[in-house]
Amino acid sequence: MEILVAIKRVPATGGRIVLTADERAIDTRHLGFTVSPHEECAVEEAVRIVEAGGGSVTAVTLGPEVATEQLRDAMAIGADRAVLLETDGREWDPMETAAAIVDAVQAQAAAGTPYDLLLFGNEAADTGDYQVPIRVAVALDLPWVTGVKALELRDGVAVARREAVGGGWEEFELPLPAVVAVKEGINLPRYPSLPGRLRANKKPIDRVAPTARPSGPTMSRLRLPREEAHEVEILGRGADAAPRVVEVMRTLGVVRS
Amino acid sequence: MILAFVEHADGQLDRLSAESLALARRLGAAVKTGVEAVAIGGESLAAAVGRHGADVLHLAQLDDGDAYVPDAWAAAVGDRIGALGPEAVVAPGSVRGLEVLAVVAARLGLPLAANCIDVHPGDPWSVTRQRWAGSLLEEATLEGPVKLLSAAPHAFPADEMVAGATDARIEPFAPTIGERERRVRVARRLAPETGGVSLTDARVVVGGGRGVGSAEGFAMIEELAGLLGGAVGVSRAVTSAGWRPHTEQVGQTGARIAPDLYIACGISGAIQHIVGCKAAKTILAINTDPDAPIMAQADYAVIGDLREVVPAIAAALRRS
Repeated sequence: MEILVAIKRVPATGGRIVLTADERAIDTRHLGFTVSPHEECAVEEAVRIVEAGGGSVTAVTLGPEVATEQLRDAMAIGADRAVLLETDGREWDPMETAAAIVDAVQAQAAAGTPYDLLLFGNEAADTGDYQVPIRVAVALDLPWVTGVKALELRDGVAVARREAVGGGWEEFELPLPAVVAVKEGINLPRYPSLPGRLRANKKPIDRVAPTARPSGPTMSRLRLPREEAHEVEILGRGADAAPRVVEVMRTLGVVRS
Repeated sequence: MILAFVEHADGQLDRLSAESLALARRLGAAVKTGVEAVAIGGESLAAAVGRHGADVLHLAQLDDGDAYVPDAWAAAVGDRIGALGPEAVVAPGSVRGLEVLAVVAARLGLPLAANCIDVHPGDPWSVTRQRWAGSLLEEATLEGPVKLLSAAPHAFPADEMVAGATDARIEPFAPTIGERERRVRVARRLAPETGGVSLTDARVVVGGGRGVGSAEGFAMIEELAGLLGGAVGVSRAVTSAGWRPHTEQVGQTGARIAPDLYIACGISGAIQHIVGCKAAKTILAINTDPDAPIMAQADYAVIGDLREVVPAIAAALRRS
């Protein structure tokens, strides 16, 4: 089983977002970076599938040279190799990102070892475009499913389960090769071990220059949503505050009698 | 014409679809054109989509009935785009709305702006859309002969009606659907697990974060939730540590909750958590740090160690 898993480097934003002076990016001078959460789970899922049934996992990302950090993270938990679709740091829109991934998938097929499964996160934590996996699937004429919280592979078929509207689950069966976009909760990603990190440093990263073909939406500026002025009432300190808390709960009508 | 893709359940117009019709109506007024709706099955929707401002309801007749076959649904919407030439297509901010529109966009080779909260037709069209699940907004321009947009959930009113509206005129159509469009479909449905108060329906949610300190520490969070007939919610730090299951996670990659009271215990308030709980009517934060970001969202706060405060509240509730 050859698996491609697509990941994205995103800032670890913490308590508040600060924008750069030109309002075109998040000020990341004091922030760390991470793999977008759904995609961390996609990597873990890929590694588990290969651990159970053999094969290999390739992690791919589109981004600048520093995004190799996130490729190393993926390889530290078990991906075998990585592909960097290297950009100059400009933010690529979802259409051209999908097209670059499609090119990479086709290049792999032309080299004789096509991917059986393309794993994605459901949506990127930062831009939230909700379309890259589907665009890749349509371009490659592959079956696809999004929002997946449980995945099983049997006899060339992916059985994928996701939460249904109105409760319960809906299950899809897709013949492989297929595109599957997963959500956090499908698994609990492992922490990379030190030996895993050391091994990751020795694994190969292919660098590819993807073709830019901007098509939009084209960001003109970012802004923070307006927050209503908010006063917090301090009810007290420590255990002594308990009677006041219960008073407030009574006022809110949430204390059961 | 502005074309709105709408969904329905049990013969009723779905809430997010009503919201996306509100966006479609604003666009129709701005461009001085009408609004029409397209749905898969759903004769009973004519009155509702009429009240929400659509003149015509295009009803796709698919061999699969109203079973969810996403590529076929997208082919049906694409068929009407080809036949009617709308200026824009608006989809609801639902799972199905987003993915049907993404397939349409991919097949037409057009850009798509997901989760818009504001749209201004012009040359070019400008949109304001959500990033980081709404913690950040992006202003962008959108090109293309047909503008493809989805409405962010709860950004437009669902209950806005057109005075004196009549039923939409039903126009059935039968798009050609190939076998390849039927490859992906819901093979089976599984009933929801039962038991307990569900996180999204609970009137009170007691949330625990990294400050709870361990899986065992959640006994007191559970106890307080039990006394209030509420549910337990947790931050991402807690599920990542394996202390609690992901089904309890509140936030960008977990549940969006809207209880009467959310008690955030030992939760610092990362933006990813806040987007999941800010719809709570009242937020009470219990935290040792008076400057934690959660305080900017809280209505009430207790400054202190949750391991002392939570049991004291539980004891006071039992006495009362």
